[in-house]
Amino acid sequence: MKTLAELSAIRERMKSKVSVREGGNEYLVKVGMATCGIAAGARPVMSALLDEVSAQHLEETVHVSQTGCIGICQYEPVVEVFKGDEKFTYVKMTPEKMKEVVDSHLKDGKPLYQYTIGSM
Amino acid sequence: MKELSLNILDIAQNSFKAEAENIALELLEEGALFTFRITDDGRGMTPEFLMRVMDPFTTTRTTRKVGLGLPLLKMAAEATGGELKIVSKDREHYPEDHGTVVTATFFTDHIDCPPLGDVVSTVLLLIQSAPFSPRLSYTHKKNGEEFSLDTAELHEQLGPDVPLDEPEVLAFLRDYLTEGEASIQ
Repeated sequence: MKTLAELSAIRERMKSKVSVREGGNEYLVKVGMATCGIAAGARPVMSALLDEVSAQHLEETVHVSQTGCIGICQYEPVVEVFKGDEKFTYVKMTPEKMKEVVDSHLKDGKPLYQYTIGSM
Repeated sequence: MKELSLNILDIAQNSFKAEAENIALELLEEGALFTFRITDDGRGMTPEFLMRVMDPFTTTRTTRKVGLGLPLLKMAAEATGGELKIVSKDREHYPEDHGTVVTATFFTDHIDCPPLGDVVSTVLLLIQSAPFSPRLSYTHKKNGEEFSLDTAELHEQLGPDVPLDEPEVLAFLRDYLTEGEASIQ
């Protein structure tokens, strides 16, 4: 049985990391989690994203967050990837496609244009 | 929505948008009756807005003029013989005790009742959207058994600098919530 006391170990590990990260993450990834996104399957996409970022140890370079409806409900689940001035909008996402995007785009820096809105 | 836990995730976000400092999510399962209640101390709604809130053409979203969160929840609850109740006090008229309580009841033995589904993911994603605030408390009671979690307890362990949306924290919480939910089944 897990206990909340285990969190204090995470706190110790984070002490060194937090200072390193203050420069900001390289990638900001936002998953649309409004009614339209949730109904279209955004929750498992977000779960897959968090799992894969953890599994690939990308916490230092990837920050994951949620956003509301961006107005393209028919393309949900939508995942936006920001890096500097660049923005990629991945549409009609699934947990499987999300894992591919993490591996190719967020890990190796190669965007998967076939899943972006421009190719729809 | 294919799962009630998706409705819960959707509706709970209204409390964030209402700038609540405290949000309580309660799930109660007693025999065939399932109730969930979201209580917040956000800005609340005026009586005028409350009257229109079930109308799909009433929404706080800015990207289009249709909002389906509450209408979808009302439809889901009523389809099972249950109901949706909203009580709200707006900040302007009730500066001391404003907030909103949304209560939805479902009869789970009705053929049109969706399953509760992945409540662990729902709670986890709500915690993710509250890295330092608002404070979230979650209680799930099922036939006399109870599991609860309060983000104030998490911050107590993690200290003031570690946000709850750290992937490592979320990974721990996923396991913790999964065990807790299993313990009341």
